[in-house]
Amino acid sequence: MTEHETRPIRSSEDVVIVRQLVRAWAIRLGFSLVDQTKIVTAASELARNTVDYGGGGIVRLEALSDGRRIGLRLTFEDKGPGIEDLALALKDGYTSGGGLGLGLGGAKRLSNDFELVSKPGEGTRVSITRWR
Amino acid sequence: MTRSASRLPDILKQNDADILRDWVKEQLATLRPEAMSESSLREQTQRFFGLLRDAVQSGELGDITGPAWTGVREMLTDLSQSRATFGYTPSETAMFVLSLKQPLFTRLRQDVGRDAEALADEVWTATLLLDKLALFTTEVYQKGREALISRQQHEMLELSTPVVQLWDNVLALPLIGTLDSARTQVVMENLLHKIVDTGAAIAIIDITGVPTVDTLVAQHLLKTVAAARLMGADCIISGIRPQIAQTIVHLGVELASVVTKATLADAFAIALQKTGATIGKPAGR
Ligand SMILES: Nc1ncnc2c1ncn2[C@@H]1O[C@H](COP(=O)(O)OP(=O)(O)O)[C@@H](O)[C@H]1O
Ligand SMILES: [Mg+2]
Repeated sequence: MTEHETRPIRSSEDVVIVRQLVRAWAIRLGFSLVDQTKIVTAASELARNTVDYGGGGIVRLEALSDGRRIGLRLTFEDKGPGIEDLALALKDGYTSGGGLGLGLGGAKRLSNDFELVSKPGEGTRVSITRWR
Repeated sequence: MTRSASRLPDILKQNDADILRDWVKEQLATLRPEAMSESSLREQTQRFFGLLRDAVQSGELGDITGPAWTGVREMLTDLSQSRATFGYTPSETAMFVLSLKQPLFTRLRQDVGRDAEALADEVWTATLLLDKLALFTTEVYQKGREALISRQQHEMLELSTPVVQLWDNVLALPLIGTLDSARTQVVMENLLHKIVDTGAAIAIIDITGVPTVDTLVAQHLLKTVAAARLMGADCIISGIRPQIAQTIVHLGVELASVVTKATLADAFAIALQKTGATIGKPAGR
């Protein structure tokens, strides 16, 4: 099995393709239906942010193993404007673009590990992992 | 006993009105009252009875795969597929055929009379036949469900969804596919127009065929529900599978103000209740 794979994300069609890809990886790694649904939904949120706010970017999918567990890590990266206030962006209900403002917080709650790194003017990287 | 000696063909021919009446009664007793109107159930049963009666005249009671049974198989296929789509359970679907047993056995008993051995043979023949037909319906039902599930897993880029009128005041919008494209807006607007045109009081939005419900999908749904409400129609969202329900909660989406149901059939039942329509068993039966 491929251990990692990288895909560009530029449009809303790419968001659909990312979901399909994440679903296929989660199935291959033996994730339950609930866990598949969780990581696919989180991926959908982050991929759409990459398009809407990051001006496009990439996603990297990785199969992980820590000896006991199997995991799927997704890393979304863009070279967009970045996020000024991380805490505010993560706050439920906050949106700068007319959304529900639940994407970042929701993705965090749907994942086991969550990391958000952003520098204004340089871009944003969000990494999530779901363990089986 | 040889197959051609069975009394079944004659019994179906001679007692058709009686058997039909009892069969409908049996079904009404086992079917959830909201599942189907009595008149359409009667019509469906009558049509099937005619096909069955004709097929049985061929004498081929042991093999329902033959050409004499084509009409019967086709009708059962349609019925199973539509029941699968409308959220009937497999047993509710098979019950259509199985509930013919009692009325048929009653007539066989009257006809064959005191000859216990002959009666046993007749009952056995009829049981085998009806069980085969019931098995056929569940197999078709299963295939229908599998097709539905694989459709859910393969996210489709487009959704093709006409608004359908289920009842006088009840509209349904079965959504199929992804809701990322600009077309989603068009689909939702179509529903709102149809509400105006028909004066519908209730609109059911079924999301069984939507593979992923993220915050964008939720926002589309919430906006549509709010707009419909302004036009005097209540929305029910159906087809929320357990894994989707869990995910929505984690996302933090507030659906508390929206009526949600697991299946389209459940939503339809609620809709009929709310609009005061009375179908199913007449009171006092
Ligand atoms: N990749 C990104 N680049 C820049 N800003 C972002 C990015 N992702 C999220 N944000 C900011 O965080 C906010 C909250 O994001 P989110 O929780 O997904 O809600 P929504 O997408 O509904 O606005 C966004 O409105 C945006 O201001
Ligand atoms: Mg978002």
